[in-house]
Amino acid sequence: MTVKEIIEKLDLQCLNEANLDTEVTGAYASDLLSDVMGNARSGQMWITMQTHKNVTAIASLKDIPAVIIVKNGVPDEDMLEHAKDEDICILVSKEATFEVCGKLWELIK
Amino acid sequence: MHYTFDIERGNFTDAGQASSSVKRTLKQLGVDPANIKRTVVALFEAEINAVAHAYGGKIDVDIDGEKIVMVVADEGPGIPNLDLAMQEGWSTASAKVREMGYGAGMGLPNIKKNTDDLKIDTKVGVGTTVTMTVYLT
Repeated sequence: MTVKEIIEKLDLQCLNEANLDTEVTGAYASDLLSDVMGNARSGQMWITMQTHKNVTAIASLKDIPAVIIVKNGVPDEDMLEHAKDEDICILVSKEATFEVCGKLWELIK
Repeated sequence: MHYTFDIERGNFTDAGQASSSVKRTLKQLGVDPANIKRTVVALFEAEINAVAHAYGGKIDVDIDGEKIVMVVADEGPGIPNLDLAMQEGWSTASAKVREMGYGAGMGLPNIKKNTDDLKIDTKVGVGTTVTMTVYLT
């Protein structure tokens, strides 16, 4: 399933359009950055409540095409700027991690 | 090839620039993606450690056909108990650093897992030098 299809199905707000046609192979949910650094795999989406620039730094280093920020989190200005530079899709969900993960799991399991 | 980057205390905003730049270079050199991934995970973690704990420092990266050697040298508090620091889950990070999602005690273990050789020279009250090697062959 592509990033674009996931945006539609999960009713996500898109703050930086990038990688919309990228096929998503899975997802990793964590707010611990070293956990993501050590364990997320490239091509996965990242679900988190962190909203600072190191999120996009890690997404870029790990080849993560899209980040879903949960609970209507607002990304820092410099995180969004960085996402534009690095071509990372930034998405926001109204729902919490549990709900986002559950729905995403149903879509791409 | 030799690259040098500065580390500024507490500057999380620019953290990751060295790893990002090294990643671009390795891609251009056609290095195997698995080795690129290992290298950037280790370098990013070491960079964050220095930003979070030290007073400043320097990163030196040397790349040749056989290996990548990364030396992250800081002036800082040093590590009083290296065995403890290598344990997963052990951390002395501040509340602010933890709020950002760091300080889970996974940095040094991540570095160890992703490098072929890891050497840590540390002196309390002076600083820490982390030397990481990734072999390409």
